[in-house]
Amino acid sequence: MARLLRVALVVLATLLFPPQAFAATAPDEILSDPALEARARALGKELRCLVCQNQSIDDSDADLARDLRRIVRERLVAGESDREVKEFLVARYGDFVLLEPPVRPDTWLLWGGPAAVASLGLVAIGIYLRRRRPVDDGAVPLTEAERRKLARLLDRDGGARS
Amino acid sequence: MSTATRPGSTPRRLLFLVPAVLFAVVGAFLAVGLTRDPARLPSALVGKPVPQFSLPPLEGRGGAGLSAADLASGPVLVNVFASWCVPCRVEHPQLMRLAAQGVTVHGINYKDEPKAALAFLRDLGDPYALVGADRDGRAGIEWGVYGVPETYVIDRDGRITYRHVGPLMAHDLEQKLLPLLAEAR
Repeated sequence: MARLLRVALVVLATLLFPPQAFAATAPDEILSDPALEARARALGKELRCLVCQNQSIDDSDADLARDLRRIVRERLVAGESDREVKEFLVARYGDFVLLEPPVRPDTWLLWGGPAAVASLGLVAIGIYLRRRRPVDDGAVPLTEAERRKLARLLDRDGGARS
Repeated sequence: MSTATRPGSTPRRLLFLVPAVLFAVVGAFLAVGLTRDPARLPSALVGKPVPQFSLPPLEGRGGAGLSAADLASGPVLVNVFASWCVPCRVEHPQLMRLAAQGVTVHGINYKDEPKAALAFLRDLGDPYALVGADRDGRAGIEWGVYGVPETYVIDRDGRITYRHVGPLMAHDLEQKLLPLLAEAR
């Protein structure tokens, strides 16, 4: 019983404090202005840590991620907009620094590709369903002689039973 | 001819090839993708002038620091290195070779202790004309550095023509750097 309770407590604690709650941002990095800090956190989640590649700089403990977090905060404090901060980093690290690729003519295929393939599939299914005809099972109707024979057989059977 | 007289008959018979062709195309793209190293990122700076930066000299080495003005006329190489970086030791003989051939190589000492950096250069040789000390990694961010070593080729107009990520090997010199340096002259 006590053991079960302990397990339940651990589960509860895990649910209450999900791992994301402990982001990599160190206390000394946090800005005193909560609105700016919130913007910095939101931006940090959209920016790739280039060393760890599939983590955002907000999640990463890497040195470079810390440097980039610091730069994001400095530029926000200096009064730059979110877009200007992103442009600063894109100019140095390329689009790869953005976790979400920008929508531009050269990324239309990337963004629209899955939807295009899915709609092609839907069109193909539609054409297939419309063209499908009832299945021809090769059955040939009975001839007149066969029908009479069948009736006779059924009749004789019915007569025997009654 | 037959498609004109019996519309749809030949194309329909070949319709089963469509998924096969699609599969082949997607498979080819994925196969090429697998052979590419995800750590080698394209540089946003290739084709652009060197970024604005100004670094103090490496303490104890003597000589001047390194700033954008020193790179205004090339061709030169800029090598980002650190004493704590193991691949930097691997590539160091290649830098020594380049310097011996008369190529100007400048160094950015990235996030390093001056004493450790000096010991590194004392032990392995010092191929650099100028070394700037980037202790907090700020200049590195201007250059878009995300790991050391990195090497940049600067042409005669002070533009970045090539970026090499990771240690320089002998074949990188022959196939990439030396031809580019000759071209940048």
